[in-house]
Amino acid sequence: MNSLLQAIQAENISKSFGRLVVLRRINLSIAPGEHVALLGRNGAGKTTLLRILTGLIHPTTGTVWIDAMELQKEPEKCRSRIGFISHQTFLYDDLTPIQNLKFYAGLYQVDDAEERITELLKIFGLFHRQSVPVRTFSRGMKQRLTIARAFLHNPAYLFLDEPFTGLDFGAANLLIDQLNRLGDSRHTTILVTHDLEKAYRLSERIIVIEKGKKAFDESTKNISFSELKSHYRKYSEISGNTLN
Amino acid sequence: MDFFRSIWIILEKDLTTELRTKELIGSMFIFALLVIVIFNFAFEAGRDEILLIGPGILWVAFTFSGSLGLNHAFAVEKENNCLQGMMLAPIDRGNIYLAKVIGTTIFMYIVELMMLPIFSILFNISIIENLPGLLLMNGLGTIGFCAVGTTVSAVTANTKMREMMLPIILFPLLIPLFIGVVEASSALMQGGVMQSEEIGVFRNWVKILIGFDTLFIIVSYWIFNYILEE
Repeated sequence: MNSLLQAIQAENISKSFGRLVVLRRINLSIAPGEHVALLGRNGAGKTTLLRILTGLIHPTTGTVWIDAMELQKEPEKCRSRIGFISHQTFLYDDLTPIQNLKFYAGLYQVDDAEERITELLKIFGLFHRQSVPVRTFSRGMKQRLTIARAFLHNPAYLFLDEPFTGLDFGAANLLIDQLNRLGDSRHTTILVTHDLEKAYRLSERIIVIEKGKKAFDESTKNISFSELKSHYRKYSEISGNTLN
Repeated sequence: MDFFRSIWIILEKDLTTELRTKELIGSMFIFALLVIVIFNFAFEAGRDEILLIGPGILWVAFTFSGSLGLNHAFAVEKENNCLQGMMLAPIDRGNIYLAKVIGTTIFMYIVELMMLPIFSILFNISIIENLPGLLLMNGLGTIGFCAVGTTVSAVTANTKMREMMLPIILFPLLIPLFIGVVEASSALMQGGVMQSEEIGVFRNWVKILIGFDTLFIIVSYWIFNYILEE
């Protein structure tokens, strides 16, 4: 497939840490606006793959293109298009929400940063706490601010690494709401999760990584949730895991 | 992104955090003060001996308190994995290094400026005559200390016993810097109004320190991306 047509293209991605081989020759093409879920048991290699796709680590072999730009050759241009949400907040506890968001807005060169920050703080219900240090926030409030941070520069590609971990009901719904809004636009999302139900609900395509290889890759249009569940159970049983 | 702008954004964040908490400079100052007070009680030395060992005492205090600053530089970034947040930003990762070096140098130099008059009073030594020279030496020594220390701090940030690992790895690397800064400061303190021979020695040490600082800053800037990744 021509890499120029794909939003994200990864070819022959392998990653080893010393003798431990985590990823084995993975090829991946994600189209513009596609919403993909990466599933797999613990240690299957999905987070490593996500870290390679975002440029956090280099693959041992292989190449990644984002918007037809090679990630290793033009890392800053590629990273400017990426947003990242994980269960860790990337927030400075001693700073206020405004100071945190101003810092990231500066790094991402966000135009009209103050307006954008105010807009996001209102959307995520944190406007009234804008001048209070983040360390006083609950886990759910911190995660809402994390989502605001990730959306600050309006990224074309949103990578989500176990984003629902530790979220309260309201924050999880806010995130789902934001992801659904992205679904209406032409943003691309790559979601790593163990939550099969959320993966099926939020994605158009499910990829299962098993022992560092792509074991399953199917559109959600072609498979029902119960079929997906039984497929996933098969991989979980093979690897000795139990399905939640 | 503009080279200076990205450095300023990270530096401004570190300065804002310190202004808000005032944790780092306060603890660095108290630590340096304790070291100097202990040495003051430990040595019943005369003026000549103090002139000889004084710079060494000062730099032991600066080094120990500076280690606190270096540990803090990346400890704060590991909390909530903020370092990964910066690594994902569209900036050259070497700029993270430069911002951290500048920030730690500023904090350490402020502590040094507070400690010099206290040292002078406790050990009854006048430093007024050669203050510009001392400030220059301290500046070069501090830049070198932070240039090497920031790199080592980033390396040890992911280790289990990072507070212990930092000085164990850092101090041997800094031996040439310590020798230079202590010898030059000693020449300054002993000389009073410096003679031409002492000026020559001082200038040589300044050149060596400038070379040390430049070398480590360039090399560290260059390899910092790989250090962060691993």
